[in-house]
Amino acid sequence: MAFTIQTVVEEQTAKMTLAGELDSLSARVFQTEIEKIANQPINELVLFMEKLDFMSSAGLRVLIFSKQKVGSHLSIYIVKAQELILDTLEKTGLHHSVNIVDEYPVL
Amino acid sequence: MATDIRIDYYPTHEHEGIKFRRGHALPFGATMVPNGINFSIYSSAAISCTLVLFERGEDAPFAEIPFPEEFRTGNVYSMIVFDLDYERLEYGYRMDGPFKPEEGHRFDKSVILCDPYAKAIGGRDTWLATPNWDDVYPYRSRLVFEDFDWENDHALETPIEDLVIYEMHVRGFTQHPSSGVKNPGTFAAIRSKIAYLKELGINCVELMPIYEFDEWENSRENPATGGLIVNFWGYSTVNFFSPKAGFAATGKFGMQVDELKTLIKELHKHGIEVMLDVVFNHTAEGDHRGHTISFRGIDNKTYYMLTPEGYYFNFSGTGNTLNCNNPVVRNMVLDCLRYWAADYHIDGFRFDLAAILGRDQNGAPLSNPPLLESLAYDPILAKCKLIAEAWDAGGLYQVGSFPAYGRWAEWNGKYRDALRKYLKGDEGMVGEMVQRIQGSPDLYYYRGPTASINFISCHDGFTLYDIFAYNEKHNEANGENNNDGGNDNHSWNCGVEGETDDPEINRLRHKQIKNALTLLMVSQGVPMILSGDEMATTKGGNNNTYCHDNELNWVDWSLLEPKQDIFHFAQRITKFRRAHPVLRSATHFEHRDYVGSGYPDISFHGTQAWQCDHSESSRCLAFMLDGAHAKRGTILDDTIYVAANMYWDALYYELPVLPEGKKWHLAVNTDMPSGQDIFEIGKEPMIEDQQRFLVGPRATIILIGK
Repeated sequence: MAFTIQTVVEEQTAKMTLAGELDSLSARVFQTEIEKIANQPINELVLFMEKLDFMSSAGLRVLIFSKQKVGSHLSIYIVKAQELILDTLEKTGLHHSVNIVDEYPVL
Repeated sequence: MATDIRIDYYPTHEHEGIKFRRGHALPFGATMVPNGINFSIYSSAAISCTLVLFERGEDAPFAEIPFPEEFRTGNVYSMIVFDLDYERLEYGYRMDGPFKPEEGHRFDKSVILCDPYAKAIGGRDTWLATPNWDDVYPYRSRLVFEDFDWENDHALETPIEDLVIYEMHVRGFTQHPSSGVKNPGTFAAIRSKIAYLKELGINCVELMPIYEFDEWENSRENPATGGLIVNFWGYSTVNFFSPKAGFAATGKFGMQVDELKTLIKELHKHGIEVMLDVVFNHTAEGDHRGHTISFRGIDNKTYYMLTPEGYYFNFSGTGNTLNCNNPVVRNMVLDCLRYWAADYHIDGFRFDLAAILGRDQNGAPLSNPPLLESLAYDPILAKCKLIAEAWDAGGLYQVGSFPAYGRWAEWNGKYRDALRKYLKGDEGMVGEMVQRIQGSPDLYYYRGPTASINFISCHDGFTLYDIFAYNEKHNEANGENNNDGGNDNHSWNCGVEGETDDPEINRLRHKQIKNALTLLMVSQGVPMILSGDEMATTKGGNNNTYCHDNELNWVDWSLLEPKQDIFHFAQRITKFRRAHPVLRSATHFEHRDYVGSGYPDISFHGTQAWQCDHSESSRCLAFMLDGAHAKRGTILDDTIYVAANMYWDALYYELPVLPEGKKWHLAVNTDMPSGQDIFEIGKEPMIEDQQRFLVGPRATIILIGK
């Protein structure tokens, strides 16, 4: 399934809804979206991943890139990610750098 | 943006739609550059080179680009290829040149060759997943990303004398079903056991080989058991820069680099150093009958030590010998270790069969081996621990004489042998034990006790339990009619060969393990324990389990319960060492009082105080470390008295008199049952009789004067 991404910026929060398969080619699209918000005063990046079926290492690297580009003050929320994606985040230790939640805003 | 790209990153050539240009000769390997990848490889004798590009996992390459002659600088071929999907890319080379073994050349352009500088290898992504045996390119070079978020992590730089090293095999440590971890046998699984390692008290893990190797190498059905014999230990490198993908739960996603780095970062967070067991003495290509994977097809004469007839010298016992003191190979080894130190934050390296690294290109030992000197003085490796296994399979034995340059430590094989002999009650060992417990000044007088890595067991040989359960090796499961493995085990079965229900024998075995751990932890030098010894694991008397992916090599965590007395003892004696700086001197003792405490830094005793019995029949050794001399008098520690009695009857040991106001307290008595064998630090009971102590048969005590 083709990768799609929709971005909404509300005050200091950027919300992105990801769907399909995030591989090395589509990761560039994802990264471009991140670059668009990088110069804005964003404190939170919320990634809705319920409909994201696959994320390759290139996709995970964009998460690292986000922190490095925006700054360490950026809080990243991963919302409703599928099991396969959560598992990969955990094995590679990236779960320490993001907030994994079932819903956003976090109750 | 294209307009941002430097003019030297525009393509100048095209081959079947793929754009490329002349590349940079350095660095070797495949490096990401703007919009492309720089490929660079060395060969001194190839007449041409072709870059071969694959989509990940595809049977056939999507492109083969010959290097134009003008892209060669000296003996280095380099090119930048544009618009490649670097995450999906696998690459290799074909080298054309003479096939003249008698001249050292074995070129074969029909073979696709792995890049010696590849940073990841595809093809063995999941441990023991059946490979495609018809693959035209079984070990595939890949690229990795350098964007791992280390935060503030760096190598810990713990003083080497303060380390307690724990040797482990990545898969063997957690693969057993009893480990209870989520991804058994992987880097990720070790993270789940960090709390355990902390509880045990070690502060350094030494990982058995994690460079990419092929577990299928020489695999075959075991005629003795019907099971599969594999290359489990991994002492056979396919590529020196790449972590073993099959050790990563994410290897099938190509993320082994991230998983390993995450493990190292987490271990560092908990104060645990990471050392790698590295194998630079040979490669997985074997002798002239072996497969061509990389080095042989790229530049056989450069990478291997060859006989005048063009065959392979075999100082490693595995078919070939890496030509480490050829300047090109020397640079590769240096580049490799720098890479692991800088990019993986590795704290130290243990070099397998390191004596080979000191041989010249014809195999003769060098008095001043350039590689060892380069490593010792390298600026990037300046804080890394360098440890040699100071012998090789060609008969060069350099324990005590390994070229050290003020840096190198050694696995002290003489310590291992002496401790084993003394523990089993051999005669005439007290004199040698006096040297060994001091950090072997007879071997390392000018190098200090930190040159001595002390161990009694390691992956190679009996486990600590088996040293006291077997007189002979039992290697039938290896399928070599019990002919493999060493015969000089210096072990004693305590009365019955193998497992027994006899409670007295089992009690003695446990006591001997505690004796061994005690003497190891009170010896000057750097102690190393083998993973699983803290719970008395057995390999059933097999002293060469290199080929078993089964219970023989998997740590059985269910032993923690029935062997909890051993675990508790190991945990407390490790912490005892770490709590007492007088046990961890960076310099040798002077056998005199140089701080004015009234006692020498170390003194030796026997059944009578101040009289050590060195006679042939003596099995009594006692020594006292004066706490005022700890760390050369810079730290005040307790005074520690150790008495070992390897005689078969209990003996009274007269105790040295302490200064006014101090009393002897009992820290360890291996003759006592669990609960009374070792006391918590600070809770050692004072002994009633301050003049003498009855040390049980084959037992060890530690007293603290405070």
